Amino acid sequence: MEVLSLISQTILIIIFAPLVSGIITKIKNNLRFRRGPSIFQPYYNLAKYFSKEAIISDSASWIFKATPYIVFASTVTAVMIIPVFIGGGITQYIGDFIAVIFLLALGRFFLALAGLDPATTFGGMGSSREMFISSFVEPVAIMAIFAAALTVGTTNLTALYGIGTMTTSLILAAASIFLITLAETARIPIDNQETHLELTMVHEAMVLEYGGRSLALLELAAYVKQLLFFIMISLFILPGFGGLLFLIAKILVLAIVVAFTEVSIAKMRLFRVVDFMFFAGILAILALIAIVLGV
Amino acid sequence: MLNPLNLGLSLIFDPLSIFFQAVIILIAVPAFIYSFEYLKAHYSSKKIILGQVLFVLFIVSMLAVVSVSNVFMFLIAWELMSLISYFLVTFDSEQEKSIQAGTIYIVMTHIGTAFLIAAFFLMYKYCGSFDFSVIKTMLSSMPGTEKNIIFLLLLIGFGTKAGIVPLHIWLPYAHPQAPSHVSCLMSGVMIKTAIYGIIRFIICMLGVSSLWWGELVIVLAAISCLVGVIYALMEHDLKTLLAYHSVENIGIILLGIGSSMLFIKLGLIPLAILAMCAGLYHLVNHAVFKGLLFLCAGSVYNATGTRDMEKLGGLIKKMPWTSAYFLTGSMAISALPPLNGFVSEWLTLIVLFLGALAVTGGLKLFLCLTAAILALTGGLAAACFVKAFGITFLAKPRSVKAESAKECGTSMNLGMGILAFMTVALGIGAAYFIRIIAAVSANTLGAETLDFTLNNFILNPLGKGTYLSTPLISIVFISVMGITLFSLYLFLGKSKVSAGPTWDCGYYKLTSRNEYTATGFSKPFRLAFSFFLLPYKKLQKIKESHYHIKSFRYETHTTKIFRKYFYENLLGGVFNTAKYMRGIQTGSIHLYLGYILITVIILLIFMGRF
Repeated sequence: MEVLSLISQTILIIIFAPLVSGIITKIKNNLRFRRGPSIFQPYYNLAKYFSKEAIISDSASWIFKATPYIVFASTVTAVMIIPVFIGGGITQYIGDFIAVIFLLALGRFFLALAGLDPATTFGGMGSSREMFISSFVEPVAIMAIFAAALTVGTTNLTALYGIGTMTTSLILAAASIFLITLAETARIPIDNQETHLELTMVHEAMVLEYGGRSLALLELAAYVKQLLFFIMISLFILPGFGGLLFLIAKILVLAIVVAFTEVSIAKMRLFRVVDFMFFAGILAILALIAIVLGV
Repeated sequence: MLNPLNLGLSLIFDPLSIFFQAVIILIAVPAFIYSFEYLKAHYSSKKIILGQVLFVLFIVSMLAVVSVSNVFMFLIAWELMSLISYFLVTFDSEQEKSIQAGTIYIVMTHIGTAFLIAAFFLMYKYCGSFDFSVIKTMLSSMPGTEKNIIFLLLLIGFGTKAGIVPLHIWLPYAHPQAPSHVSCLMSGVMIKTAIYGIIRFIICMLGVSSLWWGELVIVLAAISCLVGVIYALMEHDLKTLLAYHSVENIGIILLGIGSSMLFIKLGLIPLAILAMCAGLYHLVNHAVFKGLLFLCAGSVYNATGTRDMEKLGGLIKKMPWTSAYFLTGSMAISALPPLNGFVSEWLTLIVLFLGALAVTGGLKLFLCLTAAILALTGGLAAACFVKAFGITFLAKPRSVKAESAKECGTSMNLGMGILAFMTVALGIGAAYFIRIIAAVSANTLGAETLDFTLNNFILNPLGKGTYLSTPLISIVFISVMGITLFSLYLFLGKSKVSAGPTWDCGYYKLTSRNEYTATGFSKPFRLAFSFFLLPYKKLQKIKESHYHIKSFRYETHTTKIFRKYFYENLLGGVFNTAKYMRGIQTGSIHLYLGYILITVIILLIFMGRF
């Protein structure tokens, strides 16, 4: 029974993940006074990709073929750890908050290898940049997670679920995780999902050689990862207001904030990302200092 | 009183020694299996015999280091280990580079040993015995200042062998230069004997007497982690890259050991056991996956004759087994679940977290920042191994040598296979192994054994509701992958895939020169860390005539700041002093007799006074 509800929870998250991206795109377009595509456009895209055939580069190896499945499976495994409707039991035994970060790193590692595999310059460029950005994301993520976990006294996600009150440190940690989310979900100012311009591509450059079913899986994994980060912020970093309706409301608020961020600022130069991450890191350190001071 | 120079060969077989003996044998056996074919491909039959004899002696000397129960015998074993490994480093003695690497190695090792000897004599002066157990009981009454001095001497002495920054200078020269199965043993095991020394002499015998000991070790460990991985990212020689990663991983091990020292002093014994357990578990993990990676690098060198990544590529199709083993090792060292490196890095993070939970004030922040540095190191290591694996094994071959590479034979494959299997087994069976290692660390700290597991599959450090289960992660991961594959096949049918050339934007046919290079891959990191790496470039125009430039030669380098600003100055100082000293060496035997007389008089006065 427990396993069944865990599986249905995971499937629900996978099903609704593309919708979040559709909503963000819609809000962005409305903010720019455009009509924009329907909020269901990501589903249409996925349906199209799934039915298309793919051409695989003849210099690519099995890594290239296996990567979409590894990326998807690692992201979904990370989702399994997150308690959304149900918690405790088997989900908490799989792993904790820190394990989520490492599972996402597994997918990223293979995606970066797949970028190098077809022997193009773009792919390697994307891989290099992705690993560059992510290596600065990880320390900030760990500090923010520590800030949240120190408040409760454990890194167990079920224990972290919805308890505790809003403190200064949690607000700072949430701000820091939000900046990471922008980087991890390929949003402006770190990356731009809407462009295929060689100078700015990061995530898109890595998946440039993919098509058909593999591309569909990678896109779906990216949507799931985005929702995963939104849920992490809403449930664990900013506690209070439990319940499904409040969760949906929080995710919508986050979607609006992301959309506003994307239309109001420009994309950064790659090497400015270090400063950006440094700022996120400072926020996380402030969160830790707040805990030390007990505020 | 006991005869202080009682050199009876007494051995100890307490859990700590047995643990290290087990690690040595665990790595030595696959390396030995591997060595037969590897040596055959490179050396004459006489040299092979010499190599194998030295190799066996090397293993025996390392076993002696972790087994003897007498400081004097320890020093002898230690010195034997250093000397034999020196002969192995200079095994390709016809190469200039080997001699240079060997010289740096032997000098640094002996500087380290000098510090050890000083520490041991101070201990002897106080205890009057060389026996471990006698020293341990006597040292408990030693005053704090002398303990601090001995601690620092031991830390520098063992730190030189372990390769802690800034004493790591020899490591990237010596490890790559030895034959690959020796590098495997040196990087996998030999540097770990220094960790044994730190645990045996500092934690067990000396006893942690100040808080700053642990803090100093943690700070040095964190610096080693970062410096090691940043240098590794800049490296394009496969084996040198791995050697720098040894610096990084020794840092991670010492994070565990250092935290353990900190918690001992704070009286948090369960946490201290957990921290040492994390350190020791990473120690065996690193031994396994680093050994594996060095053997794989050896196979690549064997097949292509080069270790320069920029000349490799596409080997995954030519050497499927080696590439699979290298991928396993890369994933483990990048701390990716469910392999062993992930579990030990997770455990170290949990140690730092639980430590931060237990302490207050600035120390809390200190431990959190250390965790952040560990995470940064993990991220950079992953980037480094995407580079190492991606550039070496994926895409198209970058040279004729790489194109004509062939998979290595049975003995080499078997050696790598055993280590790859252990990498996976240590990850999946983490709970089982951690229970054993927890018993070892509890025994070492003289405390009750604690169980950090829920059952054979689930880790549960200190019962704080934190769980991790690599078997469950693997099951979930594999079933999600299986279900995805199956349901896609069920609903959409067989995937429509055809092979074709990579899209070249309508330009000429893409060649291997269009691929991303290792230098290109690490460029963002070179720029981000330019304040530390101080990169510089050389541009040379090769001219055919005054007017026509035939080609450009462009090089980028990074400055090794420890070498440039510390060691070169030191060496300059030594040479300058030697120049002055030359003045007293006139060649007159009468004067020399006079020097001896003066020395004897000074010594007599010195002995009389102290």
